[in-house]
Amino acid sequence: MALVLSGLWIGQNVDILPAAASLNAPIYDQLFRVLFSIGSILFIGIFGLLIFSLIRFRRREGETGDGVAVEGNLQLEIFWTAIPAVVVLFVGIYSYDIYDRMGGMVPLSDPHSMHGAMMTSQGSDSDVSAVIQASVLGTPPEPSERIWGGIGSGQVSAAPTLPVEVTALQFAFLFHYPQGDITSGELHVQKGQPVELRMEARDVIHAFWVPEFRLKQDIIPGQPTLLSFTPIKAGSYPIICAELCGPYHGGMRSTVVVHEPDEFATWFEKNNTATVAIAPGASTTG
Amino acid sequence: MTIALPPQTSSSPPGLQPEGWLRYLSFSLDHKVIGLQYMVAGFFFYLVGGALAGMIRVELASPISDFIGRETYNEVLTLHGTVMIFLWIVPVVNGAFGNYLIPFYVGARDMAFPRLNAVAFWLIPPAGFLLIASYFIGGAAQSGWTAYPPLSLTTPAAGQVVWILSVLLLGGSSIFGGINFIATVLKMRRPGLKMMQLPMYCWAMLGTSILVVLSTPVLAGTLVLLSFDIIAHTGFFNPALGGNAVVYQHLFWFYSHPAVYIMVLPAFGLVSEILPVHARKPLFGYTTMVYSILAIVFLGLIVWAHHMFTSATPPWMRLFFTIATAFIAVPTGIKFFNWLATLWGGKIALNSAMLFSCAFILHFVFGGITGVALAQVPFDIHVHDTYFVVGHFHYVVYGGTVFVIFGSIYHWYPKFTGRMLNEDLGRFHFLITFIGFNLCFAPQHWLGLNGMPRRVAEYDPQFTLVNQISSVGALLMALSTLPFLINVFWSAFSGKVAGDNPWNALTPEWLTTSPPPVENWKGEAPLVTHPYGYGVPPGQIDLKAATGRELWSSGQ
Repeated sequence: MALVLSGLWIGQNVDILPAAASLNAPIYDQLFRVLFSIGSILFIGIFGLLIFSLIRFRRREGETGDGVAVEGNLQLEIFWTAIPAVVVLFVGIYSYDIYDRMGGMVPLSDPHSMHGAMMTSQGSDSDVSAVIQASVLGTPPEPSERIWGGIGSGQVSAAPTLPVEVTALQFAFLFHYPQGDITSGELHVQKGQPVELRMEARDVIHAFWVPEFRLKQDIIPGQPTLLSFTPIKAGSYPIICAELCGPYHGGMRSTVVVHEPDEFATWFEKNNTATVAIAPGASTTG
Repeated sequence: MTIALPPQTSSSPPGLQPEGWLRYLSFSLDHKVIGLQYMVAGFFFYLVGGALAGMIRVELASPISDFIGRETYNEVLTLHGTVMIFLWIVPVVNGAFGNYLIPFYVGARDMAFPRLNAVAFWLIPPAGFLLIASYFIGGAAQSGWTAYPPLSLTTPAAGQVVWILSVLLLGGSSIFGGINFIATVLKMRRPGLKMMQLPMYCWAMLGTSILVVLSTPVLAGTLVLLSFDIIAHTGFFNPALGGNAVVYQHLFWFYSHPAVYIMVLPAFGLVSEILPVHARKPLFGYTTMVYSILAIVFLGLIVWAHHMFTSATPPWMRLFFTIATAFIAVPTGIKFFNWLATLWGGKIALNSAMLFSCAFILHFVFGGITGVALAQVPFDIHVHDTYFVVGHFHYVVYGGTVFVIFGSIYHWYPKFTGRMLNEDLGRFHFLITFIGFNLCFAPQHWLGLNGMPRRVAEYDPQFTLVNQISSVGALLMALSTLPFLINVFWSAFSGKVAGDNPWNALTPEWLTTSPPPVENWKGEAPLVTHPYGYGVPPGQIDLKAATGRELWSSGQ
């Protein structure tokens, strides 16, 4: 009992993750706390049991006898089959729920349902129909777009999506804003506005990772990939390539700058090179 | 002092086989010689792989790439992974202990196919030297031990092709070994010995060999296709030519996830042999142990895509592989609770073999907990391909399997050589390995959670301190091999004479001389139907009370 309580306490007070800067990050952290609690209970319990056994049942000086000839105990064995099975089932269902809330299990026909949406056909990636086809063919999660209970994202998801085209190549990320024809080496986004990254890789597999967003997606050559998120905290966060991509893999980094809405509008206008362009965020929230 | 290690057996029938120490360099057909050949060769490659790991940790002691070139760094990490997995852990837990022990356990005089057995071993040194030589001739492979295309298609071709060739040879060796173990366990049992009377290591090796035989050919086929892509410019996995890179990942992990069980199941078996002897108690729950091995074998074959949660996998697949992966925790958990119950109420000798085995339990439980966490898609999406995974993996294969290898060497060295290892040096070896290991790999979980990807030569300077702590741990691990090596060499000549059965054990390998004669027993092989028959009869103690305590303590 004390063990369970201390495990729960540790789980609630663990603070070893980086800042949570996107809508799905707090949900992720919730899962992390639950897993950490269960893990602590199990580990401390087994560790304690092991150390206790080693001390209590150690062979003392001059002892030559054997231990107790217990060859097994069916009830006990059923007991410690059932308990882990229940725990694992609970964790599985819970993480499924978390995944659903992060947008991972949205039905495939939902056009907003992709996070890793891709198509294996060779269609041009900028082709809109190809992207739609991709979403129908289907794949995973999309952590924004959906309204999550309890996080106050209703307003946020009503904002129009900011599309950004991401090109990953050895050894850099390039970001292109079709709405303003801006090309940048850094990703600039607006706090509270959903972002949709349309990613493709030129040469080898790369992976787009922002630890503060708790998001990672491989970008596989030949498979245009969609990833969406909603930043909720202004600041600069690292973008890291997480898939070995060659000698300078460790140096393949960039920055995502989450601006306050007015700052973002300024940045967007300054860099806007398109003749008719509407800063997507500025027009609604700015 | 002129007698070379290990001492020659007294009875050696005349024949074509060399005698004395020379037989360890020969195409010997004796399973015990082959087992020790595997072990010594494996340990040589462990030192090579360890030196490579040392280079990685030196490079990572500072956040900039300043120790070795970036290409070299990628070669080093590729070689480290390949050498440690294919040339150290797999050959030693399977080949070395399997060949040495399985014939004893089934009551046979040798393996089912002694020549195939020798071929399987002799594939390993050339494959290993080929792999290492590739570094000096034109550069080794640079694409990690996973060799994902298209990266493996764009890095220098010669090194990658040599890497493929070497892994194919090692895979062949592994398959030959697997077939041999299956045949030996199923067909070479002494008349009267039933399957459910076999020591647990036989079951572990049976399960492991089934995995080897089912999954290694898939890897071999995949690598042959990959080599076509490199040499003949076919397009199986090359997206630029209409191929699909994700297919490679599926095929690769169809072998390489079971490979983890190929590395840990034999370790589970070895621990099941060591614990009862030194705790003086029967192995708890023999039958459930057997079924959990079979369950792990089955589940191990259907979980591979959990390595690909951030690749393009559809949601149903993620859900299926999450649940399948998490469920491996159930049979694995049974084994760990059974081991704890084996210790409970025993008369535990706190010697090196026992300490390494208990550290294995601790590390593997930790690695198992992080493993169940990694099986959860949302969790994995954040930490995939980070140092969290590096930490998790090393807790499983180093903290798990390598600790068991050391424990097993302390346990069976008296049988191999007829002399005991020095216990004080052994405990000292344990202590610095234990501290070094945890210092090296525990902080890596934090690094991964906070944003350090794996396989990088340079990193964010905020991680410098933790990386340096990890490097200090690696240095301790490197130093810890010294007392071990001194112990092994010194004890071979001057260790306390062990006698036939120093641990007073009941399994068949102890019921012959140390070291055993060429055909294992003089006269007929003993029939051991209760390999774990230790302990005072249960009638003499209050069974109810013991059970109640166990129930209470495991239910927490």
